[in-house]
Amino acid sequence: MSRTIFHLREIAHSRAGDKGDTSNVSVIAYRDEFFQIISTQVTVDAVRSHFGTLVRGRITRYPLPQFSALNIVLEESLGGGVTRSLSLDPHGKSYSALMLALPVLVDDAIAATLTDAGRLPVDERLLVHLKDLGRLPLVVREALN
Amino acid sequence: MTEKMNSAEATRVLRIGAGASYAGDRVEPATDLAARGSLDYLVYETLAERTIALANIERAKDPELGYNELLEDRLIAALPHCKAHGTRVVTSMGAANPLAAQRKTLELIGRLGLCAIKVAAVIGDDVLDYCLANAQSLRVMETGIPLSELKGEIVSANAYLGADNIVAALDQGADIVITGRVADCSLFLAPMIHEFGWSQEDWETLGKGQIAADMVECGANVSGGFFADPGYKEVAALHDLGYPILEVSADGSSIVSKLEGTGGAITRATCLEQMLYEIHDPAEYITPDVVVDFTTVRLDEVGPDRVRISGGAGRPKPVELKVSVGIKEGWIGEAEITYAGIGCVERARLAENVVRERLRIGSVELQELRVDYIGIDSLHGPQSLPAEHAPYEVRLRFAGRSNDRKNAVKLGNEVETLVGKGPSASSLPRKSVREVVAIYSCLIPRDAVRPRIVMETV
Repeated sequence: MSRTIFHLREIAHSRAGDKGDTSNVSVIAYRDEFFQIISTQVTVDAVRSHFGTLVRGRITRYPLPQFSALNIVLEESLGGGVTRSLSLDPHGKSYSALMLALPVLVDDAIAATLTDAGRLPVDERLLVHLKDLGRLPLVVREALN
Repeated sequence: MTEKMNSAEATRVLRIGAGASYAGDRVEPATDLAARGSLDYLVYETLAERTIALANIERAKDPELGYNELLEDRLIAALPHCKAHGTRVVTSMGAANPLAAQRKTLELIGRLGLCAIKVAAVIGDDVLDYCLANAQSLRVMETGIPLSELKGEIVSANAYLGADNIVAALDQGADIVITGRVADCSLFLAPMIHEFGWSQEDWETLGKGQIAADMVECGANVSGGFFADPGYKEVAALHDLGYPILEVSADGSSIVSKLEGTGGAITRATCLEQMLYEIHDPAEYITPDVVVDFTTVRLDEVGPDRVRISGGAGRPKPVELKVSVGIKEGWIGEAEITYAGIGCVERARLAENVVRERLRIGSVELQELRVDYIGIDSLHGPQSLPAEHAPYEVRLRFAGRSNDRKNAVKLGNEVETLVGKGPSASSLPRKSVREVVAIYSCLIPRDAVRPRIVMETV
């Protein structure tokens, strides 16, 4: 089963924006048929465990099915605000790349097209490591068991 | 007669170029737009949240400073083309000092040997006096803390003005409009309102216009900038990005395009990333001019590097204006050193311990200290994915905040002495100290702001 776990990066693209101490990260499906996976698996809970201590505030998810996209708003996530953060990335512009590292479970038909396109599933050792850290979304964890 | 005018108006297309999207943006793409874009308007947006606070500090040092440092380079390069093609310029390069920027612009026009150019400055976004006088009742939007309880000196307060004053300046015949703090999109929306004669209470049309403005207000971010991801999202000639042109129709729908022969890409995907950038609720994006609903927007690729934007909606504008308040909040000391070779991470960890102990022994008080291992976890901390192999080199970075400049300096000094006194085999360190100007947002009533237009002609 674990062969069908891919990073979100294989099915979506993303950009992160900032306002004060709040970041917003879009998740946009490369193809409309991928949106079902994104919509059901890129949940507030999944994002919460994936971003861990980087997000201290509320997480809000705005689905945009007409664009096969989500907008995810992360409050208190920029080290106290762009202008006073000690981070090398005070705007959280690289949060898009962190979002795209999220493991998602992909059904066999889509997995086959991804594999045909040369895309690789998530490394198994990495999955075990993330599982031990409690960082895997529930649906992915269940698929591993 | 009226019918004929209406049909001409309905098919008319307004061409607006986005020449800059931050203070230090490239100069030549805007010049290229001015030369070859057949533009009606060239817009330079150059203010981020903190830019204007820093500009206020500049102006306090010298009353002729505090506007965009590249104003001269930009206008010297573009104005001859703008004059030749009848292109008007709208820009927030005035930053904290639109009047000084206006004086400089008049001088540049003279130097270029141009004449019959009207230059307007929009002033009045500076609401520092109002905010200081009402510091007890004004509260930080995100935390609800009154401004009066923030520690540190308030150095600036600038309201996000809307399109209305720019429209008035254009109505008065300005060829160049220079503003301070104006909402980014308003710089683009104003020419639409002026040219198409939109009512400033036609929320539906303003909403559509605002959506078009939003698509280009970050400049090349819609035309392939900050998009490329090799093997996934390819962008042609990324080194030579063309900046976007907005072709707006009277109903507020538009096409985003760029100049032929430039690099970059304009696709549905680049437009979607830009549309969702820096918004929270897509059904309720608040601007000074209109509350925008993006949920009914349509994006259609209508040609190579051409995307049509239609749909979308708007609702009445908010009763208050957002203000960016700049506050001096102490100092940040920063220092970095690289360890290389086998065992580099272990040596870097020992170096971290040495510096922490030295800071403790020296009683160097820092309100916050951050240590990053660049190459391992500097951007995402504990959420970073583990690497398969130990890195061959790692750069250790310290950043600390203190109310006292001396302590920020001491942090750098302790990192500096790692060479010779810390673990073996490192690079030379680099250190720096900078003052923190933090930005907080609050809301003030519209009538607390009294914008004014100052017009000059050469």
